Amino acid sequence: MSRGVAFYILGRFLQSVMVLWIIVTLLFLLFRLAPTNPLASYIDTTFTKQQEAALLARFGLDKPLGEQYIIYLVNLLKLDLGDTFSYSGKSVLDLLGADLPNTIYLTLTSLLLAYAVGVLGGIVMAAMRGSMVERVGTTFTLMTRAAPQFWVGMLLLTFFAFQWKLLPSSGIGPPMVRYRWETEWDKLMSPVFWRHMILPTFTLALYLHGLPLLLMRSNMLEVLDQDYVTMSRLAGYSEWRVMIQTAARNAMLPVLTALTLGIGYSIGGNVVIEHVFSWPGLGRTLVRAVQQADYPLAQGAFFLIAVIIVFMNFIADIMYSLLDPRVGASAQAQAS
Amino acid sequence: MQQEASVRGDQPSKATMEFRQGSAIRQLWETNLEVFQRDKMALFGLFIFAVFAIVAIFAPQIAPNDPLTPLKNNEGDWIKDAMPYWLAEAGEDEAEGYVNNFLLGTTNIGRDIYSQLIHGSRSALLVGFSAAAAVAVIGTVVGLLAGYYGGWVDAILMRAADVAFGIPFIPFIIVISAFLDPSIWNVVVAMAALLWRDTGRVIRSQVLVIKEQAFVSAARVSGASDLRIIFVYIAPSILPLSFLYGSFAIAWAILTEASVSFLGFSDPETISWGFMLQDAFNSLALSREAFYWIVPPGLCIMLTVMAGFFIGRGYEEVLFPRLRRM
Repeated sequence: MSRGVAFYILGRFLQSVMVLWIIVTLLFLLFRLAPTNPLASYIDTTFTKQQEAALLARFGLDKPLGEQYIIYLVNLLKLDLGDTFSYSGKSVLDLLGADLPNTIYLTLTSLLLAYAVGVLGGIVMAAMRGSMVERVGTTFTLMTRAAPQFWVGMLLLTFFAFQWKLLPSSGIGPPMVRYRWETEWDKLMSPVFWRHMILPTFTLALYLHGLPLLLMRSNMLEVLDQDYVTMSRLAGYSEWRVMIQTAARNAMLPVLTALTLGIGYSIGGNVVIEHVFSWPGLGRTLVRAVQQADYPLAQGAFFLIAVIIVFMNFIADIMYSLLDPRVGASAQAQAS
Repeated sequence: MQQEASVRGDQPSKATMEFRQGSAIRQLWETNLEVFQRDKMALFGLFIFAVFAIVAIFAPQIAPNDPLTPLKNNEGDWIKDAMPYWLAEAGEDEAEGYVNNFLLGTTNIGRDIYSQLIHGSRSALLVGFSAAAAVAVIGTVVGLLAGYYGGWVDAILMRAADVAFGIPFIPFIIVISAFLDPSIWNVVVAMAALLWRDTGRVIRSQVLVIKEQAFVSAARVSGASDLRIIFVYIAPSILPLSFLYGSFAIAWAILTEASVSFLGFSDPETISWGFMLQDAFNSLALSREAFYWIVPPGLCIMLTVMAGFFIGRGYEEVLFPRLRRM
């Protein structure tokens, strides 16, 4: 790795930290300047003034805004996200820590499925351009991108869970079983868990497959136009080999970048799917926290999702610059 | 929700955009004309919007009932969960003391689903078009200023775009909607606050190319001010690109509004398709297999979103001919 690239990565990293700091500040302002009292749901009408003041002090809300901001930043650095208002005051970090794996399992499984199907589908669509299959295929893909995810989820639920009773309708497992999973490993080894994951994964993958498919298709068409593809055709390689070995390999790069970015954005966008399938993940917790005016929890969930997105954006940038020599060169020029 | 254009590889900016000669307004007009003449799907998208626009405007005249008022039978009870007349058993309505003329049945508290569907087109189009307009205008202005001035203006605006890219979209809208009074405009505000980032970046990169062209230096030599160069000479060339992103933004806005309403963060006094689906979901229409309630709102969302996609793709094909391939 040349020095230019190292500088570029360092620069990008610092930039990401800055971005995160600004987001955290916006988050602070958003929650502090909210028109409703952050403790409104917490403070009972029967509370005395002293009790109220004590409560404000406990959450540090009696201090001036500037001081609150400093405390908030320091706490974030210590990964102390505070205590929840609801859930009998459990720590936000503990609660989110339990949610995060569920969100990650759902997101990664769906993305892998979606990108496997999407990349293959894109190659097929490019190879069959102009045919009826391509027209029907791309129209179907456009439809999956236009259909609201929660609606597709509702339809699948109606058929598979309610009408045919083949699959469970919500959650990650019956409560009894859930308490038997002592570790994440136990959970992952449990067939019950995977049965619960089928419908949400399929719904999410159905939506997510469109981007890699359309991307792969247009990249393939672009690449197939290049001289080196014509050359390998002339060299007598089979059409299949030209497609896969020469063209697809080169058309993959933007798809890989999309996948990296997709991880971040999907974790932030799973909210709706998690809600439909009552999947105990970050998104569902965020929705509930906002509904119950549990500000520390909502703020913590938002923060965690933002960290993941900014981090994945950073990784995607680095990957793009390392894999694509043209970007690498301009990145070096920019960094110097 | 993943943005079509938030993924860098997907940006058409890689391909070179074709610039047109001639007066600004005319070239803009010609591009728009070409999009809808060449691309039948784009024309179809326009047709879908036109139909829904007519339905939205005349919603009170078309809808047989008020979408929010529960309907009552002869005895004053709510007509709960009535099936559509073409599905219901004959004579059931008379026995219950009402006349079943409901095309899509009623909800669990006796609201007319068909009337809700008609009224839902208002929220969808209102949010879709105003959010798209806001996104396109902000993105275009940011892109123009950043690309033309460069330097610190560019640096600040593009770092702001980085921040916007780092904020989770749906969670942001949920939080905003929770803090503000419930209204369909929350989605518009939140979208305008975040989604200008895609349009802004792409337009900036096109402006970087355009400002090196001869006609821009000519304008500068003839003494035109910066603002005049930006908005009179450069802007018309990139406006089709704003339309492209605007069309996609209509689609995203309609989808987003539906999601937010479905999650229960919309104004319960305003009927939207997402709200209808939330209502169906919460009142267990799924386990009753009430397809007449679940299917129509989703289909309407899908149709209007596809209309936005079709128009966006139409622009893409005209602006970036290299992507066009049979």
